Amino acid sequence: MARVKFLCDADRCIECNACVTACKNEHEVPWGINRRRVVTINDGKPGERSVSMACMHCTDAPCAAVCPVSCFFTTADGVVLHSKDLCIGCGYCFYACPFGAPQYPMVGNFGSRGKMDKCTYCAGGPEDDSTPAEYAKYGANRLAEGKLPICAEMCSTKSLLAGDGAIIAEIYKERVMKRGYGSGAWGWTTAYHEDIAV
Amino acid sequence: MMRHLARICSIIIVASAILTMIAATPVPAQQLGPDGAPNPTASVASQQKLLQQSPRIEGEIAQPNQRERVLMQPAGRQWDYFHEVILHWFGAIVILGMIAVLGAAYLIMGRIRISKGRSGQKVRRFNAFERFSHWLTAISFVVLGLTGLNITFGKILLLPVIGPEAFSSESQLAKYTHNFVSVSFVIGLVLIVAIWLKDNIPQKVDIEWIKQGGGFIKSKHAPSGRFNPGEKLVFWFALGAGVAVIISGYLLMFPFYVTNIAGMQLAQIVHAVVAVLFIAVIIAHIYIGTLGMEGAFEAMATGEVDLNWAKEHHDVWLEEQLSKGPASARSGQSSAAPAE
Repeated sequence: MARVKFLCDADRCIECNACVTACKNEHEVPWGINRRRVVTINDGKPGERSVSMACMHCTDAPCAAVCPVSCFFTTADGVVLHSKDLCIGCGYCFYACPFGAPQYPMVGNFGSRGKMDKCTYCAGGPEDDSTPAEYAKYGANRLAEGKLPICAEMCSTKSLLAGDGAIIAEIYKERVMKRGYGSGAWGWTTAYHEDIAV
Repeated sequence: MMRHLARICSIIIVASAILTMIAATPVPAQQLGPDGAPNPTASVASQQKLLQQSPRIEGEIAQPNQRERVLMQPAGRQWDYFHEVILHWFGAIVILGMIAVLGAAYLIMGRIRISKGRSGQKVRRFNAFERFSHWLTAISFVVLGLTGLNITFGKILLLPVIGPEAFSSESQLAKYTHNFVSVSFVIGLVLIVAIWLKDNIPQKVDIEWIKQGGGFIKSKHAPSGRFNPGEKLVFWFALGAGVAVIISGYLLMFPFYVTNIAGMQLAQIVHAVVAVLFIAVIIAHIYIGTLGMEGAFEAMATGEVDLNWAKEHHDVWLEEQLSKGPASARSGQSSAAPAE
């Protein structure tokens, strides 16, 4: 079984935010919640780079470790998913996540958190695949249909790569060799305890 | 004169503007590589370099929610280590350690008895308002302590027993309880401090109490005012730790109102560490107030203590009370039963 990952080639990202929009549309993500975002470093300066970031589906996921009700699980593909039925909205996964992935709907006053929402790698949740119950809570399950995450699939510059970690790392390496530069696989060391050596 | 001054001022402003324009030479948009070809990554900061400069990588974002500007915060992994390894061990050692120490104290020393036995005469120690304040704080503390421990240790101790669904419902309830009961804890702590602050200021007699072994040496008498140094320590600890958990707790309850994510991680660490110590100290306080000492619990239950208990544990305070007039100090049985 493959170990799926995300890789954002920052030298290709043009900050069009199509991945963000596509994700929101595909999963009908509620207002105020963004499963994916594009952050621009050194905006307007030489060496500006944009990185599309969402849940990286970490190895030894810190969110899963700190969850007080153990609502996380990792699929055979290495996708980190959680159960909204078990989640109590405590916010601990948000403190632990290196990538700011967990999002909470506001319920009630002040900072009261509802059940956490995050990128599912378009793989749904613990419910049966592609059921209305699964769609309502987690959005579309493209992986069950044999498709890759929508954000990467429709990236216009093919900056965002999704798929088998070994294969996307190889694609990135080839690109860097060919064009002669690369600003690195953002987040990989933190998420997967490994970097892509070029 | 004024016109001259204005002209000098404007000359200075124009001159400084020109100077800054000269000083800030434009940075070339593209740097050249060693072979003369443009190097598009020459001025790109790598993530390793950015992480060396700051624990978090931040940029700009087109979305309205500006909290999302943080691209990466690897410190989350360290907080994970604190929460899952350090806190579990620290909490278990401190709390079980305190229980073990108290168990040993009970086995070795046993219950501290009223050595002269009960006199049958009662002395008023805490009035109704004092007891209300104490129990408001105490019940709030126990509820907060149990619901807090549930968040840290529940998944180890309780989840395997009752199953994930029941544990999740219980934890959801515990979360809301913890948030709301915090209010009554704050009110209780404020009342306690307001009522007992003046009686908890260190006195001369406290030194003598410590010299006499604090009542733990049976042959010696340790003199004390209304509160002995042990009780004073509990008071000041409760005040300090209470303020720490209240501030850190409300910071966590209102995310992003005051702190960012790094602040919330720190607040959680302070909240958890102080709460564990607080629980250990309060376990000792509960022990000495119930099982550990005869005649102590009734002070907080009915508000009255036995005269002999007061003589043995709070003699200076008792003298003060008696000198104020027996009518105010003694109550109930003094008229019904003659003094021995």
